[in-house]
Amino acid sequence: MGEVKVIGASLSIICCRIEWALKLKGVQYEYIQEDLRNKSPILLQCNPVHKKVPVLVHNEKPVAESLVILEYIDETWKENPLLPKDPFEKSTARFWARFVDEKFIPSAWAACCAQEHEQEKAVESAQELLGILDKLIEGKKFFGGETIGFLDLVVGSLPNWLKFMEELSGIKLFDAEKFPSFHEWATKFVEIPIIQEHIPMPEDLINYVNTAGLAKTILGSAAMANKK
Amino acid sequence: MGEVKLHGTWPSAFSYRVIWSLKLKGVPYEYIEDLSNKSSLLLQLNPVHKKIPVLVHDGKPICESLIILEYIEEIWPHNPLLPTDPYERALARFWLKFAEEKCPAMWIAYRTSGEEQEKALKDTLEMLRAIEEHGLVGKKYFGGEKIGMVDIAFGQIAQWLGVIEEIVGVKLLEPQTFPRLHTWIKNFKEVPVIKENLPDRDEMLVVYKRLRERLLTSP
Repeated sequence: MGEVKVIGASLSIICCRIEWALKLKGVQYEYIQEDLRNKSPILLQCNPVHKKVPVLVHNEKPVAESLVILEYIDETWKENPLLPKDPFEKSTARFWARFVDEKFIPSAWAACCAQEHEQEKAVESAQELLGILDKLIEGKKFFGGETIGFLDLVVGSLPNWLKFMEELSGIKLFDAEKFPSFHEWATKFVEIPIIQEHIPMPEDLINYVNTAGLAKTILGSAAMANKK
Repeated sequence: MGEVKLHGTWPSAFSYRVIWSLKLKGVPYEYIEDLSNKSSLLLQLNPVHKKIPVLVHDGKPICESLIILEYIEEIWPHNPLLPTDPYERALARFWLKFAEEKCPAMWIAYRTSGEEQEKALKDTLEMLRAIEEHGLVGKKYFGGEKIGMVDIAFGQIAQWLGVIEEIVGVKLLEPQTFPRLHTWIKNFKEVPVIKENLPDRDEMLVVYKRLRERLLTSP
């Protein structure tokens, strides 16, 4: 089926989506680790518009943007389909993937970096969105139903990321008691071997940030001042 | 193929994306103008985002204009708006994502002032540059010889951007700086379905001017 390369960064909560998809479909690939502070010529060539990871290179042709890559992988390697066959259900999966990337993640960032006077409202907004995800997974084994699907891969790294953000900022968004269904799914998901092999762990993220002195850059000075 | 209803507002560029797609595929539909923007019907159909457009097919609502376009493409595959080759589709979807992420800048420029507007204008220019440099090289349309989903997604640049430019008094899309985009706009607006389904520029100016005044003076 041709040569497959993934240009990524091992601690990226987005790049792991791609590795999971390829592993679930039994696709062999070469992983190229990118230093995001010193971007390689290959990355700049493969993604000249955004200069970002992840990029999938299949038979020397690059595909960028994680959700686009996931759909490409699903259309090229048909085993263990990620998206539902039914067009309406497919639209629903795409809708929620977009919700996560465009609404939930930015909202969670905003809550963790908020200045004191805006914090309460920002946390409330982010938790409201997390509540929507909690309701979505209620009573289901996976977001994809009986098997891992598109949305599971999109959401998969978020529980660890939220723990990392909590450690970094002192803001707790992911309360297991408030979001029991999401917590249950997260606990089981992270134990799946394929997932476990390629998931950024909160302690690794924290170590990296502390070693590289990036905490202030990530949170901003105001949020650092609020950290207890 | 089931009953199709489109809930939209005039002259929303996002409503027009869906109108163009349905018309290009000859799909009959009922258009419902959402008059109060927060009607209880809309809240029922799109409880998460509470926005138009919403396509209702056989009673099932689909939200978000680009998700609607992909749905339409699958249900009515004739006159395809996406390539069949998976790699070409991925390239098209890259640009769809780009449109989704970057086009809002022009609307931010429209509804803000001062520093926020300055940044939005800068972002809009950057978006136009990326399209000029990477999106249209050697192509009549983004879709190749015929218009496709990416052309439809960027449709707001063809008609709505000009209105925004006039209202905020800043010209961004200069023909000498953006020759490919300029040619594309001309070609896009000559496609019969597009030509017959473009909101009138003068009428848009009136509506958007009034709306902007309200936005800038509200607390």
